[in-house]
Amino acid sequence: MVEQVQQSKLVLLGEMGSGKTSLVQRFVRGQYFENQESTIGASFFTKTIPEKHVKFEIWDTAGQERYHSLAPMYYRGAASAVVVFDTTLASSFERAKKWVHELRQNVANPDLIIALVGNKVDLVDARAVAEADARNYAAETSLLYYESSAKTNVNVVEVHATRTGFRISKVIRGEEKGISRNLPRRTLQVPGG
Amino acid sequence: MEEAYDAIVLGTGLKECIISGLLSVDGYKVLHIDRNNYYGGQSASLNLNQLFERFRPGQKPQTELGPSRDFNVDLVPKFIMANGNLVKVLIHTDVTKYLEFKAVDGSFVLNKNRVEKVPASDWEALKSPLLGLFEKRRAAKFLGYVQQYDPADPQTYKGQDLRRVTMAELYSQYGLDAMTVDFMGHALALHSDDSYMRRPALETVLKIKLYYDSMMRYEGLKSPYIYPLYGLGELPQAFARLSAVYGGTYMLAKADAEVVYDADSGRAMGVKSEGQTATAKFVVGDASYFPSKVQRTSRVVRALCVLSHPIPSTGDSHSVQLILPQKQVGRRSDIYVFCCSYSHHVAPKDKWLAFVSTTVETTDPTAELAAGLQLLGKIDEKFVEVVDVFEPLESGQRDGCFISRGYDATSHFETEIEDVLDMYLRITGKVLDLSSESLAKRQEAASA
Repeated sequence: MVEQVQQSKLVLLGEMGSGKTSLVQRFVRGQYFENQESTIGASFFTKTIPEKHVKFEIWDTAGQERYHSLAPMYYRGAASAVVVFDTTLASSFERAKKWVHELRQNVANPDLIIALVGNKVDLVDARAVAEADARNYAAETSLLYYESSAKTNVNVVEVHATRTGFRISKVIRGEEKGISRNLPRRTLQVPGG
Repeated sequence: MEEAYDAIVLGTGLKECIISGLLSVDGYKVLHIDRNNYYGGQSASLNLNQLFERFRPGQKPQTELGPSRDFNVDLVPKFIMANGNLVKVLIHTDVTKYLEFKAVDGSFVLNKNRVEKVPASDWEALKSPLLGLFEKRRAAKFLGYVQQYDPADPQTYKGQDLRRVTMAELYSQYGLDAMTVDFMGHALALHSDDSYMRRPALETVLKIKLYYDSMMRYEGLKSPYIYPLYGLGELPQAFARLSAVYGGTYMLAKADAEVVYDADSGRAMGVKSEGQTATAKFVVGDASYFPSKVQRTSRVVRALCVLSHPIPSTGDSHSVQLILPQKQVGRRSDIYVFCCSYSHHVAPKDKWLAFVSTTVETTDPTAELAAGLQLLGKIDEKFVEVVDVFEPLESGQRDGCFISRGYDATSHFETEIEDVLDMYLRITGKVLDLSSESLAKRQEAASA
């Protein structure tokens, strides 16, 4: 049976300097996304994963978040969002909460998946946002939560919209949890989905 | 904000966003500012709350209309010619990847108080009740000439010099009657008044060709038009993103933004807002940012209507254009009716948006829309607006102010893109080569 490739839009959000760009570079250029298709000014990436019949469209903010001037188009039709914050800055975490709120306001899709990523966890001494606080907030607001750093090349979030409606399955893998690429994927149930 | 830029662009209307994107791609350092807290200026698509804020301040929308965010109501309703210059700009800049388009279902014209389909092909023309039996043959002959005409190939001129002969003369050579002429000039060439008759025929022949070339552009088109999902407001956003991707800086909600001029030369030297000034070599913007440098050319009256049904006599179309040619309604300029619906994601399920617009001719603009409004059937909600159309007094070279013309009453974007291309030429001294490969292709070639 030949399945059609589904497009799935993934948007990145987070304060300037929170590490969105390096994260997306890892998404795209990392081991899983080694075959990057095209980039325009490093702000739009596509990646087809044939075995999942899905083509990711990954949108970076192109700096438009800087003066709160992200266009509604940015959120339009997003199936998933990755909200990044810097774990060494409390203000960055507060800003991330605002992005989550804006996402819920702007995205009509009730099955939108939001992943919150606490970045720069290797800077242990400078840590300003406790993991427990971030996890609690994520649980309360039905977000997925991950921690990430420049040293751990982890947390590739893969979101796959199935053809039957909007039941969404996700595969999240991370080397720091000892899950290797070849192990069966862990599929998580979408909160409320 | 206190930085030096190459260009500051004021207003995030479609024209300003295209210019901003093109300049950023060319390597200009661009700062783009809007006084509103949303993108699009006059070319925005508003949700229901924004629409009420604009037309009925302090009043809340009725809940029967549906959820606010399901509405994307254009302030300047226009369709996109599938083979027109806007499509060429979209492809050239590769911003099509941010947008999704859908064909417009049909094109209709009012004829003797009846709504008739505009023939989509020669075959349809022969069946159309628009033309009498003998007139059909003459019209087919005329259209045959137009369709084979190629400005680059003198063989196709058939002894005519379309740069000299007027359109009125060309019509009379084919013996077309007044009704057919009205149809050709207004429903196919999409002229909004009859001033074109006295001008050289080339202009109109190319416009009719554009209509048919657009019909042929994509398979299965039933009209020459396409329209973006979520409304025209997506277009400026897409070009703004292009500009941002190439380094453009965006600041919205700068309510007090104003141009700063050099006291001696009178040249624009930057933009001031909230006590800070950003400097630039030149400033680009819509007329509202340059009140002393523009003049009013015309006024356009528009009614934005919410319906719970398609426009009667349009075959239940989800999106249509309906033209009321001036002579059919006893006017000097045409009345345009546009209709879109939830199928283009501009309204909630089972709601349609209809726009009736025309160039103002009298002191009672609202009354001028009556002939169009009465074709809509029951109207759930209606907002009427009269807008002044401005044009710049100068070219911009002397004072460093490159000002876009207002959005005219035409039904599509061809004249608007002409203005953009002309502004680009005045600013950069370069002609934008739309036939060149798209940016993405050029990038691929550069990185390969």
